[in-house]
Amino acid sequence: MFNPLEGKYLQILDVNGNVVNSSLDPKLPSTTLKKMYEVMMLTKLADEKALALQRSGRMGTFAQSRGQEAQVGAGFAMEKKDWLIPSFRETGVQLVREWPLENFYLVFMGCEEGSKAPKGVNNFPVAVPVGSQMLHAVGLAWASKLKKEKVCAVTFFGDGGSSEGDFHEAMNFAGVFATPTVFICQNNQYAISLPRAQQTAAKTIAQKAVAYGFPGMQVDGNDPLATYVATKDALNHARSGNGPTLLEFLTYRLGPHTSSDDPTIYRLDKEVKEWEKKCPIVRFRKYLTKKNLWNKKYEAHLINKCKKQIEVAVKIAEKKIKEIKVEDMFNYTYASLTPELQEQLEYAKKAEGSS
Amino acid sequence: MPRINMVDAINLALSQEMQKDKRVMLLGEDVGKEGGVFRVTKGLQKKFGKDRVVDTPLAESGIIGTSIGLAVNGFRPVAEIQFSGFIYPAFNQIISHASRLRNRSRGRFTCPLVIRAPYSGGIRALEHHSESMEALYAHIPGLKVVIPSTPSDAKGLLLSSLRDPDPVLFLEPKRLYRAIKEEVSTKEVVIPLGKANVVQEGSDVTLVAWGAMVRECQKAVELLKDKEVSLEIIDLRTISPLDTETIVTSVNKTGRLIIVHEAPKSCGLGAEISARVNEKSILHLKSPIIRVTGFDTIFPLYQNEMKYLPSPERIVSAIHEVMEY
Repeated sequence: MFNPLEGKYLQILDVNGNVVNSSLDPKLPSTTLKKMYEVMMLTKLADEKALALQRSGRMGTFAQSRGQEAQVGAGFAMEKKDWLIPSFRETGVQLVREWPLENFYLVFMGCEEGSKAPKGVNNFPVAVPVGSQMLHAVGLAWASKLKKEKVCAVTFFGDGGSSEGDFHEAMNFAGVFATPTVFICQNNQYAISLPRAQQTAAKTIAQKAVAYGFPGMQVDGNDPLATYVATKDALNHARSGNGPTLLEFLTYRLGPHTSSDDPTIYRLDKEVKEWEKKCPIVRFRKYLTKKNLWNKKYEAHLINKCKKQIEVAVKIAEKKIKEIKVEDMFNYTYASLTPELQEQLEYAKKAEGSS
Repeated sequence: MPRINMVDAINLALSQEMQKDKRVMLLGEDVGKEGGVFRVTKGLQKKFGKDRVVDTPLAESGIIGTSIGLAVNGFRPVAEIQFSGFIYPAFNQIISHASRLRNRSRGRFTCPLVIRAPYSGGIRALEHHSESMEALYAHIPGLKVVIPSTPSDAKGLLLSSLRDPDPVLFLEPKRLYRAIKEEVSTKEVVIPLGKANVVQEGSDVTLVAWGAMVRECQKAVELLKDKEVSLEIIDLRTISPLDTETIVTSVNKTGRLIIVHEAPKSCGLGAEISARVNEKSILHLKSPIIRVTGFDTIFPLYQNEMKYLPSPERIVSAIHEVMEY
């Protein structure tokens, strides 16, 4: 229906928040729509807080999601039991999936505890080596299939990640073993400095699915209803035993690659301004306004609520990092300490005491 | 007890464990219908079906990367890499994920995965089929590295590896696959990981080796038979974690240490063993520690292979050297 080779792509809301494809409108209940907006706002404000913390030396390097908040649609489409295998710009989806906000801060404050998913939450930690995580999603989904569970794995990566060899191996394995995997490429137009056009000679990333024998589709990645519908559809397809799908979310990274990056070196302000007009939060706000689900009072209340939640999360994270012990570094290398590690731990404790 | 070679011993271990533990599954190139290029998995697909013995596409990173997901989601995958010289496309999956997932997720996700790969030289093979690069893996925190030297050891160590809660790289010396036949128990005899085996007790010189080099040390003993040197041979069995205690106890007794490995000399495991003995036993040493190893060269094509690999004669020379020091 949305063959990328024919230049078609899925959009439900246009930039002004008008429904342009009403037959595909998921007709989500008002509470869900508002929840979507709220997580998008929380993601945006959490990023802003993180940047402030980073700039004041209270947090290390991190990757923000500004401009890509419509990713939350994919999170809402997933079932709790499904697996999420993110790259490192999926804070929004992580938050939808019950990832404690303090964990986001903890990881970038330099504490592994932040990568520990709460019990019952099947979220993988962020994967820093670009493109390496998709294979895990194939394996996880394959295991579910072998166990005859109706559980899927959703993995995220960027346009840059699609150039890695593991992208090919993951797509190929998923196709061959028909695993219930949904591949989501957040094509945000840049891999650090490299523009999408220099990443692949293919017209779209979605069309690469054709070569692996399963469907691929381009989606307006700034439209949370489109990301929701596309993911839901791909998950239904996978859950019914029909195998994987590749979704390409067309979006734009409004911020830098990470807090250490300076995007003014490689892209024009004019281009950024153009994409700011397509901002997913603004678009969704317009849509909600038309549905009488948004007003200024609601917005003020929401921002206040998010900020409070963020303050609490930061407080918890800053408390937790003070509790970090030298043992933490040793205890999870293997299931139990080897004699050599035991010896090194004793030394590390002594060295810590003497410094 | 059947008299079998290492290929059949590994097959037996896999078969018995698959019978017992439904979570164990095999995947790799040609492991199913063909039974693997060395026939290690012969007959297993027929016995356990295509879901549990899986012929995969030809992609090492794909095999190990998907095995990580399978392991996290309840399976005990045994990934076969056809030759250890072809493992490098998957190196990122091993060093960046399999070995780190427990730590990264603070124990929430673990990766009980066994990677099996034929390794080391001595069978007149093609380029890339003979190297001993075990030190690369012994350097990776979170990964265990096991190298058997006999059929019985292969079975017992593999059983332990299959039950280990952490990822294990199981390197199988090709030269030994069909070289030795011995009686191997069909019972569940497990050999713990991280414990070396004192193959032969002696009082003058400690020889430390693993894999195919254990046999070369035993041949050196034969060559020395009439001489009055008492040799202790230690087979490490597991090179990571390393059983320092057994080595140190032996060196404290003999005062002389020779380490034999096929791998290149520099930064090989011999260097690590030597360093540990220096730290713990220096005053017991009666002579310098000697390494009898491969060279810091590219592994040669087979016309030069036997000159590259440590021989019983080179080991005997080293024994003379430490005795006459």
